[in-house]
Amino acid sequence: MKSAEEIKAAIEAAVPGAGVEFVPNPGPAAEHSLRLAPASAVAVATFLRDDADLAFDFLSNVSGVDWPDREIAEKVKVARTVTKTVDGVEQSVEETVEETRKRVEPGCLEAVYHLYSVAKKHGPLVIRMKTANRIDQVELPSLTPVWRAAEFQEREVFDLYGIIFTGHPDLRRLLMWEGFKDHPMRKDYVEPDDYEYEPTPHDHVLKRAQERRAAEAALGTEGLRGCGTNKRETVNYEL
Amino acid sequence: MNATETKSERLDGWNRPPVIAPDGEGELLEVAMGPHHPSTHGVFRMDLALDGERVVRLKPVFGYLHRNHEKIAEQASYLASMPYTDRLDYICSLTNNWAYALAVEKLAGQEVPERVQYIRVILGELTRIQNHASSIGFLLQEMGASGTPLMYAFKEREKILDLFESLTGSRMMCNYMRFGGCRVDVSATWLDAARKVVAGLPQFVDEFETLLSSNEILMARCQGVGILRPELAVNAGVTGPMLRASGVDYDIRKVDRYGIYDRFKFRVPLGDHGDVYDRYMVRILEIRESIRIVEQALNDIPAGPIMDPKARIRGFRPKPGEAYGRIEAPKGELGFYLISDGGPNPYRYRVRPPSLINLTVLEDMCLGSNVADVVLIFGSVDIVLGEVDR
Amino acid sequence: MAVDQHLKIELGKQGVLVTTIEEIYNWGRRSSVWPMQFGLACCAIEMIATTMARYDLARFGAEVFRPSPRQADLMIVSGTVTKKMAPQVVRLYNQMAEPRYVIAMGACAISGGPFKQGYNVLKGIDRYIPVDVHIPGCPPRPEALIQAFITLQKKIDGQHLTGADRPRHLDAGAQGEFPVPEQGEHDLEPTSNAGVWPVQIQGLRD
Repeated sequence: MKSAEEIKAAIEAAVPGAGVEFVPNPGPAAEHSLRLAPASAVAVATFLRDDADLAFDFLSNVSGVDWPDREIAEKVKVARTVTKTVDGVEQSVEETVEETRKRVEPGCLEAVYHLYSVAKKHGPLVIRMKTANRIDQVELPSLTPVWRAAEFQEREVFDLYGIIFTGHPDLRRLLMWEGFKDHPMRKDYVEPDDYEYEPTPHDHVLKRAQERRAAEAALGTEGLRGCGTNKRETVNYEL
Repeated sequence: MNATETKSERLDGWNRPPVIAPDGEGELLEVAMGPHHPSTHGVFRMDLALDGERVVRLKPVFGYLHRNHEKIAEQASYLASMPYTDRLDYICSLTNNWAYALAVEKLAGQEVPERVQYIRVILGELTRIQNHASSIGFLLQEMGASGTPLMYAFKEREKILDLFESLTGSRMMCNYMRFGGCRVDVSATWLDAARKVVAGLPQFVDEFETLLSSNEILMARCQGVGILRPELAVNAGVTGPMLRASGVDYDIRKVDRYGIYDRFKFRVPLGDHGDVYDRYMVRILEIRESIRIVEQALNDIPAGPIMDPKARIRGFRPKPGEAYGRIEAPKGELGFYLISDGGPNPYRYRVRPPSLINLTVLEDMCLGSNVADVVLIFGSVDIVLGEVDR
Repeated sequence: MAVDQHLKIELGKQGVLVTTIEEIYNWGRRSSVWPMQFGLACCAIEMIATTMARYDLARFGAEVFRPSPRQADLMIVSGTVTKKMAPQVVRLYNQMAEPRYVIAMGACAISGGPFKQGYNVLKGIDRYIPVDVHIPGCPPRPEALIQAFITLQKKIDGQHLTGADRPRHLDAGAQGEFPVPEQGEHDLEPTSNAGVWPVQIQGLRD
């Protein structure tokens, strides 16, 4: 099988303006992947499936990955005017000062596809697509028209992560019930407070048990029935 | 299919058969089959729209056994997820363990000693034998055979489970494979007991085949029912005996050659028509091939260590990266996709469930057939709900 | 009121059988408890293995497993009850006719088991329906299920037909329908049924 860089070259030759990015994979497995731009993803996928050499006719796995927002603190050298006393006289002097700047790198949701070839018996090729952010721009093109295997798996990624696959013939929740409002596999999902606090908890369960018992003492068991003491935020999507 | 169709039209998985228009007047009867149903292999629901007895639409509904395995695995360490993999495909726990151990060994770059490879092959093929036997037993029960073939299959399964119990401590949830090795060593007495069990297996398969394979009712009910075209099977990601019954020669043991499968001589049975009868025959023949593999492995197993000496057991933190490891489980291709961020827990842990993906084509196979055939077609897919819903 | 054993034996030697209505009524009921074919997850495979040739459960009276709740006496909840499935379990329990019993088989049915941290896992079926026998184990061995069955039979044997602790099917004021939970936006509503949860266990502190 050709390596990921060679496949990238082949894609760019066949599908002009494809916007394919090579993503190296550190670690011993060395399964490098290609990141596709959402606009041309279906064209690239069709090429990968139909090309005589590559013949990736078998989509094995579709996964969702959640990359939350990251706060990055970096030290930057900045030129600033500072008032200093030089030889007993106050002056404004230009100096380079080190400052710590914090910025929030926006997170994204990612869909990862593993492709194999049944005709040529080679693989895997890993392709990925990521959304613009985690909040409102969560659409990606669906690859179900290219490989039928993506049908249920993309529904599951929609259910658990919230990525909306445009072009999917039947996008609804797969595993959770219809009225469920959260996307549980996200890293910031708060679970409902229905834990049964066993008589001898410890560590973080003990902390939660104590909070729960305090809340029960204040409100009574009836007051807490049917609701949790955890704070949670609901994000509503236009379906 | 005529010659003027382009290749992508033929391979396009969304090339669905036309919805069969109901003949005559009247509305469609909408029935929910499940989640509590004697033939649905667990808690699974199919929303059928029926025109008389014929199926016009079939929508499967999953999630009744969604136990949040992937979320729990993100909060537990790599080794702590091993007992949870037992409960995925709960009839074949040892192959689930093997797939997960393979994926983690790929992620961390670990080697596996020779003896462990042989042990894995022996246990994996024994698991395949008892899974295929149980699956045929359940299929026959749904056909109306009221438990007798199931009793025969479970009789052999109990002998194999005795072997598992004496080695791993548990009949079903074995939790035996480790990253770079396995938990305990097999003793010479265990190998002798295994040889005795395997020696009795060909006679069991002969008895099973004599009773079932040329049985009139089985042939009448299964031949020509639930046909799956090979192009649709490949495009829909179907794997395992279902794919091979449609005639596609793809067995991951031969393709990926993971473990030491390239040392064993075994054939891969393929079907011609892709109907329920072909899937049944492929499973019977795979039992016979698995018996051959186990006999070869029991003969050649070498002495040696059972754990990679360089493997870290405490403080196991694989380097950041990702890996996808897959094996030929009895139900199909079982894969694990792991992303590591250098910590003790996986950042992303994903199971590729063969049973869920094999069900993608359930509607295509069942359209136009009777409700009784739906039960059979569904039984021939051979799913386990623990794997479908995870 | 039990019959004196010596009197029983003496009369038995003369060919006269003496018993109480309670004894014979309970003997008839406990010797033919028909379970409902209700397997959810892994424990269901052990339940099936218990009905197979090696650990035959039919010799204890569980002759057939009825698929319909109307024809079954016993619901063996074997496997994890998820929140998506919980309303159906309660509905099935409501559809069973009295006298009906529940065995919670396996750690998942008792308290959520190994999947207790799951957002979709119901932490024990005794949050919504009353359970008669709990079997620990993951999965419990077939012998454990047989022991649970015998424990249930002993419990039925010990039931009195009159008095405050008579079984539910002889008590006109007993609760027949248990409320079915709704599937809300984040969780089941209500999270548990006030009449049956929490289970009062003697000797448990706090």
